[in-house]
Amino acid sequence: MKDYSVVLTNVTKIFDNEFTAVDNVSLKIEQGEFFSLLGPSGCGKTTILRMIAGFEDPTSGNITLNGKNIIGTPPNEREGNTVFQNYALFPHLSVFENIAFSLRLRKEKEGEIRRKVMNMIDLTKLNGHVDKMPSQLSGGQKQRVAIARALVGKPTVLLLDEPLAALDAKLRQHMLVELDTIHDEVGITFIYVTHDQSEAMSISDHVAVMNEGEIIQYGTPFEVYESPVNAFVANFIGETNFFTGTVEKVEEEYFMLDTGRFGKIWFCKDMEVKIGQEIQVSLRPEKVKVTKEKPIAPQGVKINILEGIVDETIYLGSQTKYTVAVGDHYLQAFKQHVRYLLDEVIITWKDRVYVWWFADDSYVLREPGGVPVEE
Amino acid sequence: MKSKRDFTGFLVSMPGILWLTVFFLIPYIIIIIYSFLTSGIYGGVELPFTLEAYSKMLINAGYWQILWRTVWISMIATLICVGLGLPAAYFIATSKHRNMFLTLVIIPFWTNFLVRIFGWMVILGRNGVINSFLQLLGLKEPLNLMYTPGAVILVIVYMYLPYMILPLYSAIEKFDFRLIEAAMDLGAKRTQAIWKVLIPSIRGGIGAGVILVFIPALGSYAIPDLVGGADGAMLGNLIARQLTVARNWPSSSAISMIFLLISTLGLLVYLRINKVQSKRRVQVGETYMKEEED
Repeated sequence: MKDYSVVLTNVTKIFDNEFTAVDNVSLKIEQGEFFSLLGPSGCGKTTILRMIAGFEDPTSGNITLNGKNIIGTPPNEREGNTVFQNYALFPHLSVFENIAFSLRLRKEKEGEIRRKVMNMIDLTKLNGHVDKMPSQLSGGQKQRVAIARALVGKPTVLLLDEPLAALDAKLRQHMLVELDTIHDEVGITFIYVTHDQSEAMSISDHVAVMNEGEIIQYGTPFEVYESPVNAFVANFIGETNFFTGTVEKVEEEYFMLDTGRFGKIWFCKDMEVKIGQEIQVSLRPEKVKVTKEKPIAPQGVKINILEGIVDETIYLGSQTKYTVAVGDHYLQAFKQHVRYLLDEVIITWKDRVYVWWFADDSYVLREPGGVPVEE
Repeated sequence: MKSKRDFTGFLVSMPGILWLTVFFLIPYIIIIIYSFLTSGIYGGVELPFTLEAYSKMLINAGYWQILWRTVWISMIATLICVGLGLPAAYFIATSKHRNMFLTLVIIPFWTNFLVRIFGWMVILGRNGVINSFLQLLGLKEPLNLMYTPGAVILVIVYMYLPYMILPLYSAIEKFDFRLIEAAMDLGAKRTQAIWKVLIPSIRGGIGAGVILVFIPALGSYAIPDLVGGADGAMLGNLIARQLTVARNWPSSSAISMIFLLISTLGLLVYLRINKVQSKRRVQVGETYMKEEED
């Protein structure tokens, strides 16, 4: 029996009797883990966070925090603290007083307050900014104050509502690493809400991918990336190529799909399929190769080879993103540059190429729907 | 380049400066000079310069009484306005029908100031609405509601409450209510969150409202004249009486100077609060510049 920090059971939230923001969500968040709620804006992830914090009550369902039912408990009596999207620092209080806010409410001794606040200042690397006002801080510094303020009262859960959304890309990366460090140091549960899949992937122990008020998939970042349950998850977490068609031939390890657009293609039989079954398959672009020479399949390995014309190349330094036109349809292929200019014959726009991949590298989507398949 | 812009700015502000000089500054200088002159036999002023107007005023107990009454009536009226205005402004700022409520706050201005005071006389008078109603309920002697400091405070509050509500409204409307959530999240009860976060955040609006009510209240003339009687007379009435009845121009000028002094003191307090805030703003600018250099 695992120790759970937050457990949601059949939680539904309906606003104004008409808009269902959260639809029958059940979720178990483990003690001390870094958990992310990931989804497009308006998917209900922030509403879930607000219900855990106590700013909203669920229309139906149950929420427990450390085993205690918290429905009806006001936010000031809950053991979770929030880092708000736009920091919500008190503009009239200095950095020190912002962080000390919860301690002063509890009427702790001045010496204790000083010690605890200074600990937080060290943890969040705010030394030298103690007496500044929030308006004198940069975005990253405000973020640190918000984190310090939320952590100083020793909550058992830290709720983070898109905390990095207002920062620029470089700073976001930096703060992400720091958040991870802080999480390791304080050891409490972090619940992180974001629409940025790369943020969620890089630091989470578990991710719940949400859409339209429902949790579509729960798992480790690896699971949701490599084994997305449907087209929505496959498309939302990273980029992908979709294949749809009817099963034509089934072997022990592979099956052949008549995709129509790209002809007959072999895929890995990672689940039981029947001849005639309608199936959708996801193939991540980094698994697709682009070469000028026709590849030769090694003994006993099935590969798919298509011919096409390079339609677009996006050079990103570490890799190049190719869009290859196969007939009237397009395939995405990412090539990682692993050697200094020596790893390949240069492929550019309008080149005739072979696009190919190992049949094992695809994943059959278990659930239909999510996103329209035809572009 | 910069001096050219300054010159344009000077030209544009000229009409306003001229207006204030002619109609405000010069009259005030005249009043200052009058306050140091000798009273003429048939009104007006004559030489020589003297401190008589001030010295007579300072040794007059009746004068001190009215001065003190003016200050406390204005202070109480201002406090009541804050007490009534804060919840009202909070309600309006958080309401879905804010425009309707704002209009309701402004509507009394459509009726003439004096007419509204007469309205209160009808309500408060010996045979007024309140007393008639109370007598219907069996009250023998009508209450003395008129010609008391209480009546003056009541009407001042009534007249100037919108001047309190409007700046408070605009401050609360700009307030980020997520700060209340943040405070509650950190353990504050709703009332604590309001006292520790909302009130300090809107202190600029409170200051503006206090100035907008306190200074006009200090200078009240028509209100105490009509509903105040002898017990409710204020500095404004004294100035008018010195000017028209006693025909003592230096004396009324000297009282005007005292009035100017009190209202300036009030303004200085307000500016001091504001200065602390704008100083912070300047520092913000400096921080941003530093960041760009980094």
